[in-house]
Amino acid sequence: MAIQVKFFASMRDLIGDDRELDADIVQQQTLITADDVWNYCAQDKLRPANVLIAVNMDYVDGQTEVKDGDEVAFFPPVTGG
Amino acid sequence: MSVIILAQPFDPWQTLAEYQQKMPHLDGKYGATAVFLGTMRDFNEGNNVSQMFLEHYSGMTEKHLEKICTQATEDYALLETLVIHRVGEINPNDPIVLVAVWSSHRKEAFEACREIMEDLKSRAPFWKKEQLNSGEDRWVEKNTKGY
Repeated sequence: MAIQVKFFASMRDLIGDDRELDADIVQQQTLITADDVWNYCAQDKLRPANVLIAVNMDYVDGQTEVKDGDEVAFFPPVTGG
Repeated sequence: MSVIILAQPFDPWQTLAEYQQKMPHLDGKYGATAVFLGTMRDFNEGNNVSQMFLEHYSGMTEKHLEKICTQATEDYALLETLVIHRVGEINPNDPIVLVAVWSSHRKEAFEACREIMEDLKSRAPFWKKEQLNSGEDRWVEKNTKGY
């Protein structure tokens, strides 16, 4: 199992491609919230204030707990239609 | 209720006519059909735009569009809904989004069509990247307010 992390649109330009964080890394880094996942992937890059977060395709806030097997996505405000 | 994400151009009016013909439960029951069609402009924020690329989050986009349509169906007692949204390369004048709703009366049809469209604009994960005539490209940062 692992945590799947996805970045869309300008967040992909900022952070890079989708990635998989394995459980060992998760435990070593004590990744527990969506904010932690961002910090782990983004390293020292500042998070834009308007970034949106989804866990398992539902909108959440950064304090939401992330578990092994979850899919976490970061993306800018949506601009469809 | 149908939600369709399309990677190719489509004819909205032909699609709409064909869709309605396949909905026998509407027969004799619908008094109002409201349709919104969004098409691509060749300008935005003071610049000429030659082409656009529409990205989406496959799975989450469909999930949220279905939620939006289910909620509108409950709130407005709709008989049927159809949402079609383009992804990929889009050119000026191409249809981008079609929202169609069928109901017994016009009030519900007008209001539900508007609400689905505004909810789509604020919650469905799509992103537009514009190619400008100057050769530059840029992500669209936010949608304009619809109300």
